[in-house]
Amino acid sequence: MAWDRNQIAARAAKELQDGWYVNLGIGIPTLVANYIPEGVSVTLQSENGMLGMGPFPYEGEEDPDLINAGKQTITELPQTAYFDSAQSFAMIRGGKIAMAILGAMEVAENGDLANWMIPGKLVKGMGGAMDLVAGVGRVVVVMDHTSKHGESKVLKACTLPLTGKGVVNRIISNLGVLDVVPGGLKIVELAEDVTEAELRAATDATLVN
Amino acid sequence: MKNKVYESADAALAGLLFDGMTIASGGFGLCGIPELLIAAIRKAGTKGLTIASNNAGVDGFGLGMLLESHQVKKMISSYVGENAEFMRQYLSGELELEFNPQGTLAERLRAGGAGIGGFYTRTGVGTVIAEGKDVKMFDGKEYILETGIITDISIVKAWKADPSGNLVFRKTARNFNPPAATAGKVCIAEVEEIVPLGALDPDGIHLPGIYVHRLIQGQHEKRIENRTTRKKEA
Repeated sequence: MAWDRNQIAARAAKELQDGWYVNLGIGIPTLVANYIPEGVSVTLQSENGMLGMGPFPYEGEEDPDLINAGKQTITELPQTAYFDSAQSFAMIRGGKIAMAILGAMEVAENGDLANWMIPGKLVKGMGGAMDLVAGVGRVVVVMDHTSKHGESKVLKACTLPLTGKGVVNRIISNLGVLDVVPGGLKIVELAEDVTEAELRAATDATLVN
Repeated sequence: MKNKVYESADAALAGLLFDGMTIASGGFGLCGIPELLIAAIRKAGTKGLTIASNNAGVDGFGLGMLLESHQVKKMISSYVGENAEFMRQYLSGELELEFNPQGTLAERLRAGGAGIGGFYTRTGVGTVIAEGKDVKMFDGKEYILETGIITDISIVKAWKADPSGNLVFRKTARNFNPPAATAGKVCIAEVEEIVPLGALDPDGIHLPGIYVHRLIQGQHEKRIENRTTRKKEA
């Protein structure tokens, strides 16, 4: 048994510290908001121009002028502030956001991240991911450790076009938690009922002690 | 005071459109897009457009309407994942695409409108975005040069305006509208309501009227792309 999406999100939520401004990416990272520990108050930034993102609205209370970066309808909070996209990325690039939690297609042992493009296949774009990884204080990626075909996505070197070079600090996968350290990746924690041997077998990257 | 208010989107665009022109458009997803002006450009049939816009609409709505009619030559965008027709045209080579990181696109528009020729940023260092771009070291870190964008026109959507062109936006519908507005040599804004002069608080104006040349009021569909709700607890 490994962690499921919600368990990965719950583990990632433990990374958050009281008072932080945080940006959560699309997919599993969005779920992190459901698991923010009691007593920890974080302000969520949505890069389309909002600080203080609230929960999804009740049915019938959706506002087309109020969405998150995943284009989902959301709500505001008493501390909410709105601003334009240039201002939004000024605070991202300027290092004012303490942490970003993002999804990944591939991560490499040197902290390289690929999460935006499969050449010739999928053209979606990088959105704000390149700005986030270049600007925020700490980058945590949440991901499945292996592909559907069982190939490792935690690699010696990324094969896909990069989102950022040497930008990842911590990986939280369905199999456990790894840190990017000099020389490779260091196992921080194993997921429930996952053995070190299983994690090692699923990891292509160099593991160091 | 010069009258900036026009009767319709068609009237506001009259004399401004030509084949091969460049356009900056506000909006994020379908939120805060200038839907009336986009529809009018579709009707005008202007071709060979280069459009700087964070997204490309969806099939059949927003900028997706201009893709459908093959009026777009090139998009400068950060994310186009919601548009199947876009992907089809791009993968078949009919459509040029310049991906910009979202913050880089916003800052390029802001810079263009602010008379800044270019700026150095950490965003994209070590990626395909950096290819062919000037690199400079600041404080021991690598930065790449990005240039400002100036377009023939910009099309934006705001919530309220006064007749002098002062604009107020609503919630996250502000997004790319202010930077896009400043990047255009001529900016046309569509709003939900034009209020009398003096009705807007001068301290609460989000974009001063100096950036806005033409103005229309209209009915907006304001389509929701990804309706997400939660259940009321009993």
